[in-house]
Amino acid sequence: MLAIETEELTKDYAIGFWRPRPRRALDRLTLGVERGEIFGFLGPNGAGKTTTLKLLMQLIYPTSGRASVLGLPIGSLALKARIGYLPEHPYFYDYLTAEELLTYFASLFGLAPAARRARVAQLLDQVGIGAERRLALRKYSKGMLQRVGLAQAILNDPDVVFLDEPMSGLDPFGRRAARALIHDLRKRGCTVFFSSHILSDAEALCDRVAVLAHGRLAAQGRVADLVAFDVKGWELIVADADQALLGRLGPQVSKATEIAYGRYALELPANAAPDRLLAEVTASGAKLVSLNPVRETLEDFFVRHVGAADEAAIDRVDSR
Amino acid sequence: MRVIGSIALSVFRESVRDKVLYNLVLFAVLLIGASYLLGQLTAGQDVKIIKDLGLSATSFFGLFIAVFIGIGLVWKEVERRSIYSLLAKPITRVHFILGKYAGLMLTLLVNLGVMAIALYAVLAVMTLVGPRSLTAALDAPALDPRLLLAIGLIFVELALVTALALFFSTFSSPMLSAAFTFGLYIVGHFNADLKHFEQVVDSRPAAWLARALYYLLPNLGPFDVKALVVHGQPISTGYVLMTLSYGVIYIAFVLLAAMTVFARRDFK
Repeated sequence: MLAIETEELTKDYAIGFWRPRPRRALDRLTLGVERGEIFGFLGPNGAGKTTTLKLLMQLIYPTSGRASVLGLPIGSLALKARIGYLPEHPYFYDYLTAEELLTYFASLFGLAPAARRARVAQLLDQVGIGAERRLALRKYSKGMLQRVGLAQAILNDPDVVFLDEPMSGLDPFGRRAARALIHDLRKRGCTVFFSSHILSDAEALCDRVAVLAHGRLAAQGRVADLVAFDVKGWELIVADADQALLGRLGPQVSKATEIAYGRYALELPANAAPDRLLAEVTASGAKLVSLNPVRETLEDFFVRHVGAADEAAIDRVDSR
Repeated sequence: MRVIGSIALSVFRESVRDKVLYNLVLFAVLLIGASYLLGQLTAGQDVKIIKDLGLSATSFFGLFIAVFIGIGLVWKEVERRSIYSLLAKPITRVHFILGKYAGLMLTLLVNLGVMAIALYAVLAVMTLVGPRSLTAALDAPALDPRLLLAIGLIFVELALVTALALFFSTFSSPMLSAAFTFGLYIVGHFNADLKHFEQVVDSRPAAWLARALYYLLPNLGPFDVKALVVHGQPISTGYVLMTLSYGVIYIAFVLLAAMTVFARRDFK
């Protein structure tokens, strides 16, 4: 059984008052997320990521298509007891303290008072909210609110957690803690579905990703598969190199950057023969520091596929 | 029920921490206290004035509390998007509406209780300091327990007004919700004229429309028994039960309408 499954999920919004016309925010999304994986849902602004998350939370209703989570219908109480959700730009009741908010939410899950107190204390420790837990949320910074948001999303030890921009507003310590939390969730067998603009986080965390553009699925697959075989070039770092060596290598090198005295980073095209270059380096008396393939990053993949979707969208507009 | 109770307590806690509410209640209590001074102006009528003014202040300030908290109950949560994380918890939209309503009812109950205590306190002072002959000549005792009946009916009336405010809050902005709710409150006190509209206009369709509106719009006149209580007039148990039943049934229909509208709403 898949953790999350959508089939031709579509959402149209009516735009205009006197003559409403439909605007398609999500177009026949079909995807499946395996249990226990970290799934990245990527896309530019307005791609339909938040629309998808809101459909899965039943905050909005689909125009057509269907979706299920853990084999249960969207919006059922049995399902809600087993999932967690962090919305984008979370807002909570600013007159409550972090402790009061989590205690309130814990009461909705039916936790007994003693269990509530223990769970709330443990979660606030885990997300790094210390003495501030007794201050009203209106006094919290954006980063602190985001941490409280993460805590409320995992309050019930969920089987699936939906995170919309989980790193938003977090400082480097917070981002590290959030990444550790996500890894910890996976270790516990939780499925994590998160949407993000920060591709480096998705690349570091996700098992699989899907790229959404203009409401349509542009690409999906394992991160390793999407970027593994596309070697864009080579990076060769040499030490004790002289100008003569650089002159001989010149035509084969795309770019040479001096990073320290006598130490150069050389960018080579993908079709370069690195072993022949290594022989020249050694013969000249320079030392090899490192030789690494430069692979396509998730960002390169993203730009390529979203760019293609943009052109297709422009073609569709031009052909009307 | 547990979930509705949790949401209700959350609403009550928000109301208790709301400075506007404190100011309203304080002002109401001060006005009730000041009625003692007004009563001194008219010999023999002071107790009646205090009762009348006290009940009117309770009704007036209770109305403001009901409307100004009621119109924001749902709208605020949707506008600020705090509803996103709340509805992701194991609650339904029906729980949400009923919990919000129950929370405001609890708030109103406490506030009306405070005002009732203030009113009885002022009347107790009157009883202690006033001449015995004066108090013996009153139509009704100063510390008349029927004041609680009047306040009870005010509470049910405000419960109906709150339901209307909550209903409008499910789809409308606070300004419009306030306008609609106050509008219906005023209409509700003057709609007796709609029942016999054929006596005013010579048009059968107009009379039928007026009669239909009479039954559709809330009829709030029967909840106002201030004059009867202040002047010691009898109020039958049947009248009270009929009025309470009408209130409960109307509230149920309005809440059902609110739940129906809210259930299908997209939160953009």
